[in-house]
Amino acid sequence: MAVASERSSGEAIYEGSRIPSPIPSVLLVPEELRLGEDILEVNFGPNHPSTHGVLRLVVELDGETVVGLRAVIGYLHTGFEKSMESKTWWKAIPYAPRMDYLSFQANELAFVMAIEKLLGIEVPPKATWMRMLLCELNRVHSHLVWLGTSALELGAISPFWYTFRERDRVLDLFEMVGGVRMHTRYFQVGGLAEDIPRGFFDECRKFVEVMPGAVDQYEQLLDQNEIWLRRTKGVGLLSAEDALALGQSGPVLRGSGVDWDLRRAAPYLAYDQVEFDVPVKQNGDVWDRYKVHMDEMRESTRIVDQALEGMPGGPWIVDDRKVVLPPREELHTSMESLIHHFKLVTEGFRVPEGEVYLAVESPRGEFGCYLCSDGGPKPWRVRFRAPSFVALEATATLMRESLIADMIAAVGSLDTVMGECDR
Amino acid sequence: MSFARVPGLVEEKVALGETTLVVDPARLLEACEHLRDEHGFNFLSDLSSVDYLGWGDEPVAGYWGGAAGRDLNRPGTWGLARLPAPKEKRFAVNYHLLAVRSTAREAPRLRVQVWVDEDETVPTVVPVWPTADWHEREVWDMMGIRFAGHPNLTRILMDEDWEGHPLRKDYPIGGEPVRFSGEE
Repeated sequence: MAVASERSSGEAIYEGSRIPSPIPSVLLVPEELRLGEDILEVNFGPNHPSTHGVLRLVVELDGETVVGLRAVIGYLHTGFEKSMESKTWWKAIPYAPRMDYLSFQANELAFVMAIEKLLGIEVPPKATWMRMLLCELNRVHSHLVWLGTSALELGAISPFWYTFRERDRVLDLFEMVGGVRMHTRYFQVGGLAEDIPRGFFDECRKFVEVMPGAVDQYEQLLDQNEIWLRRTKGVGLLSAEDALALGQSGPVLRGSGVDWDLRRAAPYLAYDQVEFDVPVKQNGDVWDRYKVHMDEMRESTRIVDQALEGMPGGPWIVDDRKVVLPPREELHTSMESLIHHFKLVTEGFRVPEGEVYLAVESPRGEFGCYLCSDGGPKPWRVRFRAPSFVALEATATLMRESLIADMIAAVGSLDTVMGECDR
Repeated sequence: MSFARVPGLVEEKVALGETTLVVDPARLLEACEHLRDEHGFNFLSDLSSVDYLGWGDEPVAGYWGGAAGRDLNRPGTWGLARLPAPKEKRFAVNYHLLAVRSTAREAPRLRVQVWVDEDETVPTVVPVWPTADWHEREVWDMMGIRFAGHPNLTRILMDEDWEGHPLRKDYPIGGEPVRFSGEE
């Protein structure tokens, strides 16, 4: 089994235009093998239980070795981008988180922040910090589900129950702020939809105290496990050059030795005011991606802790009557407020003409949102750069000279959500 | 950073803190190689397209349904406060570039834009950034823009035998073609 070379962290990365294969996203069977008659074509999916959704992999096997591979996507395409063009800006917000049932807050954040960038709105500090807190809780949530399901796919059932125990606590916190456990739609253009509920910080504090111990517990379950070690170490190798050339981001990129995190490189929200480390591993195998996920959960808990400490007071949403709904109590006494409310709900606010691209570090990597506005109350074009979509492009490169059994481990370690991939 | 030496540069725009380079499609590949090798944009974070059909006319982005159902032919009735300036060509393809450096504390971004009409092609940038492979397939699938030289330009999200390109502005929303038996 091949092992990637050790890489020192200061080295220059990605020179020139290395293309892993004539078609970068497809693994082609060599001609001399094709001529023999031993190649077996196997179809995985689109409903295989360990593909995290409806991914289809067409694999060509020589014995147990993968010699050809093609990922087929699109089974969950529901036309989010097209649908959002026919909704007003603020009615399009619930679409953004629904693409991804694990990193919904990050997706919502990217869309809302892109609208705010077009509008030129300054968000109050309390909303900024609360957004950061929720996004980090969401990262923990997403990584927990990833860990549980990935371990389950490789035969370890118990981590699944442990991770879902903590995941439930995170979802309880989301329920407190948004009323629902997933897809909270708590981020509003200009700030938050409602004030932070009483008692939230106490509950969140309890979670922060529990979480680091829980991560240690998961590691105790897996780190010394012979099966887990054998199935993850040296499997699904991706070099730093290939990862960058294939546009990988997030834990996949950091697992391949590239020290890159948008939260540090281009701080948005209040990430420049909190302390955190960016975990980086050098080997680019499944094990390193697992370790990056584990360390990121610890770092996210640290950020949540600091966000609880540093949470400023004040308003939770900007006071801009042309964009933000007026306070409910004013509707009974002020005609102006009633008109604004009515206009905002029926017609929506207008967003100045222009185009923006805004990217956030979602649990899966760079989640980008490109918006184009013609000055009207509906988006002209909404486009999401989905990290899952890009991650699956790397499947062919990951699977070079691998065994079929390692495919589940390797594809699982990319941490993809098909809903986000197909949009 | 000066982009004056980028091959095929038509226009440089700065708006909302973002730099956009409009590039001649014929020299796109040269321009991209130049940006990658001379300016360090080693990471293609996104490749997408916009259809500007009907831009600056009445908004065709959406419509309301009436009591009789949805009227696909009547655009929304809002009207715009100020009509945006018309575009010379129908489609824009946007390349969002990023310079990734290990341990960096900055993330320089750049948008490269090319404009094409319906029957024109854009050269592929897969040789420059291999990640463009699927993105270009998606643009072809959703918007119907062809990329010359792409190794495998097939549909990616829709079925292989799908007709039309769903993200085009003239693609009907909410309606699948219905064939009535009387007309057959």
